Amino acid sequence: MKCKTIITELADYLDEALDPLLRTQIEEHLGKCKDCRVVVDTCKQTIEIFCNSEPAPLPPSTRLKLHEALAKRLRRVRA
Amino acid sequence: MSSSKLDPTPRRPLPSQVVKDDEPLLVAAAKAGDISAFETLVGRYERKIFRLTQNITQNREDAEDAMQEAFLKAFEHLQNFEGNSRFYTWLVRIAVNQALMKLRKRRPNVVSLDEEVDTGEDMVPREVEDWGPSPADRYAQTELSGILGKVIGDLDPSFRVVFQLRDIEELSTEETAEALGLTVPAVKSRLLRARLKLRQALNQYFRRGEHQ
Repeated sequence: MKCKTIITELADYLDEALDPLLRTQIEEHLGKCKDCRVVVDTCKQTIEIFCNSEPAPLPPSTRLKLHEALAKRLRRVRA
Repeated sequence: MSSSKLDPTPRRPLPSQVVKDDEPLLVAAAKAGDISAFETLVGRYERKIFRLTQNITQNREDAEDAMQEAFLKAFEHLQNFEGNSRFYTWLVRIAVNQALMKLRKRRPNVVSLDEEVDTGEDMVPREVEDWGPSPADRYAQTELSGILGKVIGDLDPSFRVVFQLRDIEELSTEETAEALGLTVPAVKSRLLRARLKLRQALNQYFRRGEHQ
């Protein structure tokens, strides 16, 4: 297996969407190729870092604008 | 590196990602006209929706407008929500549409989700430096948020929006394709591109020896 194949199959590998045979072949390659191991590992960390980042609180002015607009709309429903 | 480190493992859900037991009840109450129930849902998701619209539009004013319009549209069309997916997933789809409309209005020639994506040789990473364990822990939360915001903002919009839906909002590939009007293979190729580009961009911050 070539390193380029690891890259083209990377998304499905990380998403566990590969058939078992291809997955085994990739893992055999990763066991031998340090560069591919690092790429796979850092790509996985990239996803985890974004996925695990909590969103920042809304800026106060943004929150005020949102809730004023909602209150205006919801008041019309109440009326 | 141990081989177990490479095994894809289920991601630990954040508190904000756990579906609270009361969500179906809140949605049902809101559909029945309970405004405070809808306000509770807004309070629960406003931070995530604003991050989403900010990441897509890369413009504070557009992000605020898109978020506001998304919540108003969700309220207006709540009767159409049939509960086949999570309420949040439904809300995300509305917010993405609003954000993309803002982005296309501001940059009409830049955003095309339909363009072919080249999957040529240039996808093979040139820098392959290890990051070591827990690289994000080397940065304070606000500093890390700034780094993530910058690198995702530098991505091409057609990659950014796919990464946002698939890897940040954790929609499935099929849900992402449906939300964006793309084919599943198109989502996959954009996602691969986005992940590799973000990995490359984060390399300067997280490689071993940096920021230690």
